[in-house]
Amino acid sequence: MLDNTQVERLEAEAVNSAKTRQPLYAARKKIFPKRASGSFRRFKWLVMAITLGIYYLTPWLRWDRGPFAPDQAVLLDLANRRFYFFFIEIWPQEFYYVAGLLVMAGVGLFLITSTVGRAWCGYTCPQTVWVDLFLVVERAIEGDRNARMKLDAGPWTVRKLVLRASKHAIWLVIGAATGGAWIFYFADAPTLFVELFTGTAAPVAYITVAVLTATTYTFGGLMREQVCTYMCPWPRIQAAMLDENSLTVTYNDWRGEPRSRHAKKVVAAGQPVGDCVDCNACVAVCPMGIDIRDGQQLECITCALCIDACDGVMDKLGRERGLISYATLSDYNANMMLATADGSSSVNPSLVRTTDGTFSDKVAHFHIRKIFRPRTYVYMAVWSLIGLGLLYSLLTRDRLEINVLHDRNPQFVTLSDGSIRNGYTVKLLNMIPEPRTIVVTIQGLQGAEMSVVGIDLPVGRSVPISVEPDRLKMLKVFVRQPAGQIQGTAQTFKFRVEDKASFESDEYTATFNAPEIAR
Amino acid sequence: MSNEHIDEVTGVSTTGHEWDGIRELNNPLPRWWIITFYITIVWAIGYTIAYPAWPMLTSATKGVLGYSSRNDVGNELAAAEVAKGKYVAAIQSKTVSEIASDDALREFAIAAGGAAFKVNCVQCHGSGAQGSKGFPNLNDDDWLWGGKAEQIQQTITHGIRFASDTDTRVSEMPAFGDVITADQIQQVSAYVASLSGPVSDQALVAPGAKVFAENCVACHGDNAKGNKELGAPDLTDAIWLYGPGETAIAAQVRAPKHGVMPAWGARLGETKVKELAVYVHSLGGGE
Repeated sequence: MLDNTQVERLEAEAVNSAKTRQPLYAARKKIFPKRASGSFRRFKWLVMAITLGIYYLTPWLRWDRGPFAPDQAVLLDLANRRFYFFFIEIWPQEFYYVAGLLVMAGVGLFLITSTVGRAWCGYTCPQTVWVDLFLVVERAIEGDRNARMKLDAGPWTVRKLVLRASKHAIWLVIGAATGGAWIFYFADAPTLFVELFTGTAAPVAYITVAVLTATTYTFGGLMREQVCTYMCPWPRIQAAMLDENSLTVTYNDWRGEPRSRHAKKVVAAGQPVGDCVDCNACVAVCPMGIDIRDGQQLECITCALCIDACDGVMDKLGRERGLISYATLSDYNANMMLATADGSSSVNPSLVRTTDGTFSDKVAHFHIRKIFRPRTYVYMAVWSLIGLGLLYSLLTRDRLEINVLHDRNPQFVTLSDGSIRNGYTVKLLNMIPEPRTIVVTIQGLQGAEMSVVGIDLPVGRSVPISVEPDRLKMLKVFVRQPAGQIQGTAQTFKFRVEDKASFESDEYTATFNAPEIAR
Repeated sequence: MSNEHIDEVTGVSTTGHEWDGIRELNNPLPRWWIITFYITIVWAIGYTIAYPAWPMLTSATKGVLGYSSRNDVGNELAAAEVAKGKYVAAIQSKTVSEIASDDALREFAIAAGGAAFKVNCVQCHGSGAQGSKGFPNLNDDDWLWGGKAEQIQQTITHGIRFASDTDTRVSEMPAFGDVITADQIQQVSAYVASLSGPVSDQALVAPGAKVFAENCVACHGDNAKGNKELGAPDLTDAIWLYGPGETAIAAQVRAPKHGVMPAWGARLGETKVKELAVYVHSLGGGE
């Protein structure tokens, strides 16, 4: 039946296994993940290439915005308080778009987690990606699992010193490149690149690179799985988002148990035997140091490398793949009931297989339908609503705004002819990277006329103002109303701004104050 | 301690303290912590050598780096002066009208003048330059001595009725209580009030006009519009330094009050006065 002589048994101990979990103050036991190969590993290489590519290349993308704005596609210009994202330019008061995106990211995480479990952790989390990258370096220099374990246990020889020094040196270079890429999001990348290497960049640039180099090196190289297990809050939060229809990396003990290293002998003895040959391949590849056969556990980031490892073994044995697989709790429970005859016996593989060795029809398999359930509909709806709301708001937003501050002291001034004057600080926001002429008009307030300090125009109800591209223009405006036309101590009226070329406009309702008895 | 207790789970000895069965492990401090602690001690010694630290009899050690926070402030102030230098030089070389018509210079002068106003002028003219009884409102368009930028500059530089400045602006309305009768004062007050509003007794206006023509036109003019050369106020407008109405006018005719404004030229210097003039001129009443 099972021929497991071709399968190498690995002396792998799950250092973070629930069974052998150490006290929290015990020293960390090192993990030496073995290189996995298979479809999930290939997918993870792809995700790694894409995410790292996005991270490193984005600041170098160019986007033409004309002569009055930077041409960097993605730029957080903190000094000038502007955020550029391709065709979108955001001013500080529009930061709610970013907040909206963060809410979408949150709801998106709910959606992803409730369908495919901790996929964020396993594939795209920067911690996972960078640890993967650091492990590539470690394997290239020190070799795979066994070589690394041997090196680690061995005495400090020149060879060990050279290997370790070069590994840490490369890690530091990766860390520096990570920190280096980060700062390019905050300034013109080509300029900053030159400045960075000629020693003329701002001190904050060097400090940022140094801090991020240190954190990348520490988190990716030294701390690794401890960041996920002890520091990150998401494992706790995401555990609450999983339900019985969420896909998680699962050891299917309904077909694996009873596991045996000597299947032939056991079969010969007439005992039932499962598919698991206890080769520990799943434990050896695990970057978190757990044994997936203990069931779903906090430490598991669902990177699916154990699936690849186990599938490789199953292929060698000529068994169906998927002894470890993405499965939902409900399917797993159904299959367990089947394998244990509704819980009346221990797992017996013969209950899930027909006489010719294939799976019985009663075995539950994952169906895509399970992704679509009320919970995911709600998440999708919320996510899309926020997205559509942001999109609508973005497409209809004003690129011309007016803000008005009434003078506080004095509230009004009586002039020699008895008329009353109020002063206002008017702020015009030209939020496009082009110069504009904006007409400011007062509406309402019978007989009132305005004058603008520094602009030599006869007083009137309308004043054209030229505003620089992408700038706020602050004006001191005086509005004067003849004595005979004052109606009350506080009249409301409107400041209206209009761009005659684009027909954009905005209004601000202001108050005109007058003394009790205006003559 | 004679009876040393070893914790069973960890194999670590305890301090012997016990609270309701909870014992305190006697673990050594973490090595990284101890090392950091020693480094801070070394650092502290180096720091006290590098920076001013040890108190001596009269002062403290200077430190080998020669650092002084007072010098830092001095340097920062000097740097600020250098940064302002361009504007200050331009303000020195230009007239106040020229400054007021240059956007960047005006903005700088208004900011600098506004700050100087809050230190030197608000005591009398108020924080919003709105004045009060006896202290002119600088926001309005009524000026005793002229509201052009240069005229404002002149007023600030030399003050008003400020005896120790020979160029100070002087005007003194005689106390008419000794010159004309009480009835005449009542009549002329009614006439003056009638120029800008209703009066209590219309019958007083005509004789009041006669009194005015005989006593007041020399300074206030035939039409009572005043004379800025003499600092004589316009009596036809809505603005009254010592209050509107016949009673207030009569009081000012009988025994006039005269405010004094100090001369600021010598005290603040020409640049600051120019900035103040531009600021006051920008408040809305500037001519």
